[in-house]
Amino acid sequence: MSKPVVATTSLAGCFGCHMSLLDIDERILELIELVEFNKSPIDDIKTFTKHCDIGLIEGGCCNSENIHVLKDFRKNCTILVSLGECAIMGGLPALRNGIPVEECIREAYLDGPTVGLNKEQILPNDDELPMILDKVYPCHEIVKIDYYLPGCAPRADLIWNALIALVTGDELKLPYEVVKFD
Amino acid sequence: MNEKIKIHIDGKECWTTNGTSIIDAAKENGIFIPSLCHVDGIKPAGSCRICNVQVNGRNMTACSTPAVDGMHIESNIPELEEMRKAIIEIMFVAGNHFCPACEKSGNCELQALGYRYQMMVPRFPYEFPEKGVNADSKYIYHDRNRCIMCKRCVRGVMKDGKHVFAFNSRGGENLHIELDTELASQLTEAEALAAMDICPVGAILKKERGYYQPIGERKYDKEPIGSEIENK
Repeated sequence: MSKPVVATTSLAGCFGCHMSLLDIDERILELIELVEFNKSPIDDIKTFTKHCDIGLIEGGCCNSENIHVLKDFRKNCTILVSLGECAIMGGLPALRNGIPVEECIREAYLDGPTVGLNKEQILPNDDELPMILDKVYPCHEIVKIDYYLPGCAPRADLIWNALIALVTGDELKLPYEVVKFD
Repeated sequence: MNEKIKIHIDGKECWTTNGTSIIDAAKENGIFIPSLCHVDGIKPAGSCRICNVQVNGRNMTACSTPAVDGMHIESNIPELEEMRKAIIEIMFVAGNHFCPACEKSGNCELQALGYRYQMMVPRFPYEFPEKGVNADSKYIYHDRNRCIMCKRCVRGVMKDGKHVFAFNSRGGENLHIELDTELASQLTEAEALAAMDICPVGAILKKERGYYQPIGERKYDKEPIGSEIENK
């Protein structure tokens, strides 16, 4: 039997969840014996080359590209897992949800204290750039998500336990210390 | 008045004194009934509904119902546990509970109940309310978006016999708890800290106090909420 295939991506996230995945330390050697990675920043495969069994999603959806990638993952993965607070509830990017988009963009490019010289008052507006959404959406409000691993970042042991449970079919172990929201 | 009475909680024989609330009687006997609005020494409000127990098949709030001799109480039953989890999930989506960015994280009772009930994701859609913040008083930062309306602050934070916190109205969509900025500015630093501690979530924060405990040493990092009662 071929190895289960795993894909990962970071949408509106900080890559902290991917860092936490790497925090499994030497168990990563065990992991690559158990699974094969496809589209993922970890191996730098940019597009799906085959159907995947597990898709790990870091980050929520803050722009049109996030939605596109998330839908692509849903199409190409049997099981989708929301990894971390941003994927589950929008996380820190969703702090902007109470602020109108225009105000956010003005603060970022024109009025903010850390903005350098922008004499022409240019706001990013190129067809190549993804459109910013009205607010940041949790992944499960865009596509169906099968499992959720909370944490900021999710503890390495939680990610490890969950992956092993998914791959082996054994019951997921959830000690108190591994399920945290921060 | 101080007569000893016998009650049964989840089949366990418990002794308490007449007039004690069910939640306190349970606590005396090493049984944890979860609650967010109940706090020692303050008149119960029965507002969060998490402490609902069944007495003769009827749901009653354990914080505001006195134990009566011979009562048979069910608390740890799937029906109630499922309802408690649902209430916790409602509270998570009804407010802006950004745990990673909250100064109360690790010491927050709502979060601790989320851990205890292993809430991986709320089943309801997020509301992301915009109820505003009040940072005008000297020591207190009041974020209404995190408020769960438990009324602990309304009942327990006083200055010179006056309430520092109060509801803005009797009901309706814009119902929220307001901070009396002028009165709050008269609070001492210690009183402001006590106000922060009375809030089960991060709605009341003491200014200049953020993240003073490292992760791993906070109240609910290692042991679930209620274990201090259960393991006594």
